[in-house]
Amino acid sequence: MSHGLSTHPQRPTSPAAWIAATLAAVALWFALYAQLESVSAWLVAQLPIAPGSHIAEALRFFVYDMPKVLMLLTLVVFGMGVVRSFFSPERTRALLAGRREGVGNVAAAILGVFTPFCSCSAVPLFVGFVSAGVPLGVTFSFLIAAPMVNEVALGLLFALVGWKVAAIYLGFGLTIAIVSGWIIGRLHLEGWLEEWVRELRAGEADLPPDEQTIVDRIKAGLEAVRDIVGRVWLWIIVGIAAGAFIHGYVPNDLLASIMGKGQWWSVPAAVLLGVPMYSNAAGIIPVVEALLGKGAALGTVLAFMMSVIALSFPEMVILRKVLSLRLIAVFAGVVALGIVAVGYLFNALFS
Amino acid sequence: MKNVKILGSGCKRCIATADMATAEAKKLGIDIELEKVTDFVDIAKFGIASTPGVVIDGKVVHAGGLPKPEDMAKWLAA
Repeated sequence: MSHGLSTHPQRPTSPAAWIAATLAAVALWFALYAQLESVSAWLVAQLPIAPGSHIAEALRFFVYDMPKVLMLLTLVVFGMGVVRSFFSPERTRALLAGRREGVGNVAAAILGVFTPFCSCSAVPLFVGFVSAGVPLGVTFSFLIAAPMVNEVALGLLFALVGWKVAAIYLGFGLTIAIVSGWIIGRLHLEGWLEEWVRELRAGEADLPPDEQTIVDRIKAGLEAVRDIVGRVWLWIIVGIAAGAFIHGYVPNDLLASIMGKGQWWSVPAAVLLGVPMYSNAAGIIPVVEALLGKGAALGTVLAFMMSVIALSFPEMVILRKVLSLRLIAVFAGVVALGIVAVGYLFNALFS
Repeated sequence: MKNVKILGSGCKRCIATADMATAEAKKLGIDIELEKVTDFVDIAKFGIASTPGVVIDGKVVHAGGLPKPEDMAKWLAA
């Protein structure tokens, strides 16, 4: 596992040195990335294995795809870590408070992509937003977009399936977040919040101003790499192994007949199947890639992926502390319908 | 005696932040009274939207993510 960004010198003294080191590391990254395919092909050729055989293909998959995916992920996560150092949930909340629905939903979904978010702070975030006057529907747009449209999902889709599918995922993920949040806002369900949430009217904390230097932001990017790549690499290996299994052993016709375009029920079935599955983008995307290779329809596979990531059962259990069961049901129902619609639309568009 | 509150529902980073406060206070020789605020209602009342949060003598000085040890020392010494 070698990636360019780990080559930072330990303690550069001036900001200029940090910037120079970062630029050098990025340049090294591109140089390595350009050579990756030929190096891995050469490596596999050194082994006493018949070229073209199953095992040679599987090996090539590991020595080429794994470093490729990890390198791309490292770069994307680093870039996003630097960008995110300019955003915070408190600042996003200030931008969204009192915002009209519609414009507010669009802003919330887009800010959801850039604002640092971890599912362990979903509840404080939800309460913090609603109690400071961010409309309920706008808060939901943020909460739907933040986990679903993230740099790991987009980076991996880009690396394994291609930029077109990644761009489509970005577009439709944002659309689902915007429309679902807008619908929840229109339904006026504020009364379905847990009582203590409704009654709480918190002010905004008077936080000291953000005084990060460029060096702090570069460090934030490195910290994001250490944290996220350190956390998801195992998922990626498991996902790639599952993908390799599908590649090698699942008969083509079987998947095409279950997840192909012919079956109208396959999209809702994929969404239902995705809810109890708990994985993150890192584990599911290699599987997505393999399913696509076996003739599963793109809309069905994307619906499955969105369902696994956006509708996770553990997250709903956490949200139960602030939302009534009815409100959770509406939230899950609206998002699930949106995902099903995207699945059908895709299958219709790419047939 | 400074009152230090760590706001957070018990996630890994919240615990690390609390440990950092204890360690930095010891280094500076400052007496602190450390309090972990885990209740969502109480956390929300401080007006933050991300955890862990750090409150020193009633004033919110940090929200979201692991703070830097230097910053923690600065807040404690202030």
